[in-house]
Amino acid sequence: MTADTRNSALDAATGLPPARTPWEETWRLLRKNRLAFSGLLIFVIFFLVAVAGILLTAGSRPVLDPAQVRLQEKLLPPLSLPNHEVLPPEALPPLGRYLLGTDDLGRDVFARMLQGAWVSLTVGFVAVGIAVIIGIILGGLAGYYGDQELEVGHLLVWTTGVIAAFLLLTNRPAGAAAAAAASAVIWIVMRRERSLYEGPPSRRRWFTRGLVSVDTLIMRAVDVMLCFPSFFLILTVVALLPASLYNIMVVIGLTSWMGTTRFVRAEFLSLREQDFVAAARALGIGDMRIIFRHIMPNAMAPVLVSATLGIATAILTEAGLSFLGFGVPPPHATWGNILSDGKQFIFDAPWLTFAPGIVILIVVLAFNLFGEGLRDIMNPKLRERN
Amino acid sequence: MHFHGEGPVARAVDGIDFQIHRRQTVCIVGESGCGKTVTALAVMGLLPMPPARIAGGRILFDGRSLLDLPADQWRTLRGRRIAMVFQEPMTSLNPVFTIGDQIRETILAHEALKEAQARLRTISLLNDVGIEDPERRASDYPHQLSGGQRQRAMIAMALACGPDLIIADEPTTALDVTVQAQILHLLQRLQADKQMAIQYITHDLSVVSAIADRIYVMYAGVMVEQGNPGQIFQQARHPYTRALLDALPTKEKRGQRLATIPGTVPHPAYKPSGCPFHPRCGFREPACERDFPQMCDYGDGHGARCPVIQRMGGFP
Repeated sequence: MTADTRNSALDAATGLPPARTPWEETWRLLRKNRLAFSGLLIFVIFFLVAVAGILLTAGSRPVLDPAQVRLQEKLLPPLSLPNHEVLPPEALPPLGRYLLGTDDLGRDVFARMLQGAWVSLTVGFVAVGIAVIIGIILGGLAGYYGDQELEVGHLLVWTTGVIAAFLLLTNRPAGAAAAAAASAVIWIVMRRERSLYEGPPSRRRWFTRGLVSVDTLIMRAVDVMLCFPSFFLILTVVALLPASLYNIMVVIGLTSWMGTTRFVRAEFLSLREQDFVAAARALGIGDMRIIFRHIMPNAMAPVLVSATLGIATAILTEAGLSFLGFGVPPPHATWGNILSDGKQFIFDAPWLTFAPGIVILIVVLAFNLFGEGLRDIMNPKLRERN
Repeated sequence: MHFHGEGPVARAVDGIDFQIHRRQTVCIVGESGCGKTVTALAVMGLLPMPPARIAGGRILFDGRSLLDLPADQWRTLRGRRIAMVFQEPMTSLNPVFTIGDQIRETILAHEALKEAQARLRTISLLNDVGIEDPERRASDYPHQLSGGQRQRAMIAMALACGPDLIIADEPTTALDVTVQAQILHLLQRLQADKQMAIQYITHDLSVVSAIADRIYVMYAGVMVEQGNPGQIFQQARHPYTRALLDALPTKEKRGQRLATIPGTVPHPAYKPSGCPFHPRCGFREPACERDFPQMCDYGDGHGARCPVIQRMGGFP
């Protein structure tokens, strides 16, 4: 007997309206919110197109060949017909027309857009996903535990712990075990010290003395990260790593979490003083649950807004990197590099800029609508009564 | 309870001593800023620990010393055996969850129940606190309820795990008088049904007279008088209690100006020497500025920290 059937048996027995799980409820509300639902729909369609794009453009004899060069046919406007007399039959576009025109090498822009869809979408979403997750965790910690002082001992525990992890990853188990043991010993000594010694903070032993608050540590790290011109930071890191799409996603994500962190922290600073947080603590609910279930949904609105804009930025950052030769290697198309290549021909062949530009706009808009709908769903006050 | 911050140490609560027995309603009375809420938060273990520090004393619950409990054990006690009802029902409920979700969460945080069982309990709790149509109300969000209903929902949350002690921190202050009376009756009825103890914190003496089994009067972090309602209301033996009673409007005082107590409660970091009340007291003697007053016993559990009144044998 599954949980569902048991629930419905119970509902029948008590005459209560059937219980909805939070997911069912969210889905129901999403369906009602027309804008958000169309955002989600556009979104799903784009992902399907991206998957189709991989299938159609990959392999040695793809259905739509994005790499087919036709120098006689360069810079043709959208929907123009190919010239059957000059082209060999295998170079003819399979759809009979150039749906989105051709570029300066006579390549089919539609095929290139399809090829680039998957890369651009995943770069956008994975990079923003990484940034938002880091931002939420660090911002939440800085906002909720901001006043807590990190002690000298804490830092020692952490550094030895990190060293242990590093040694373990580089395959030196003996060293790792030693560092982990040191970390544990310092931790135990600190706990003992704290329970034995009660007194004003200034007279504590050196390794239990407050050094820096959690808030200072995290927010100054944010400031440091913001000081670097982020594009050059990304360039430096990418130059050191082997060129791969995954490295680019991770690096873009790791260099764009600062805004989210600041938003989340600011929201937490005001929300943690709210009575409902005190009430939740008074009812014996744990800290992590309070942070992530009670405060976070109240703090999501600005995060979602900045995330939507972040997706466009990430797609364009990838384009910039590709342009400089650090991103996806040139013959492979991405929306970003179609856009930046097209810029030179913007007066002769505006479709080279507009096709990827409008598609990026639509993706961002769809995500924005979806994000806004999600925010309304999470905040019942913005929801219409139904 | 001391607060260490920048500047001098604020001794917010200093030298209080009270007991609450099962099925008893104990009222803590005093002006704003005299340490009532801090006392409640200390019992709950919810004081922010720096800057607050409990410099001495004990908090015993069911024979166990709460201050010596590890943090996680204290947390399991909160909500399960000691629960709290807050002053502001408007802000004490999380706006993004339905009240049913919030009550259910409390139940599930403490008891290994199935979702469905927790849901049934939620509905019966809402029914207990007098919310009509609880099945439907459970899926309402806080902003869809009125103030009185929200306070009922808060009480239902506090009752979720059948606590032995409920600390109610001015639960009726934000409500209007008719709703206030309903909530008080509700608390009394629930207390009789569930055999709970209630610690009721208020500055409203008319509420106290309606529900208290025992009263503690606090001033500037000190317990200045204690006794049952008869003793406090008819035979007050501390000038502060007396002044509070004089400030109440009554039928006999119709048409007269209400009495006020000159001055304000001292800042906890800058309490006067000797008796904390002496700068505002009409009966002060030179000794009051020097010596901290002892609790003078009047028998039958009645006591007041004022040797002057004891010597005078009551108020003139």
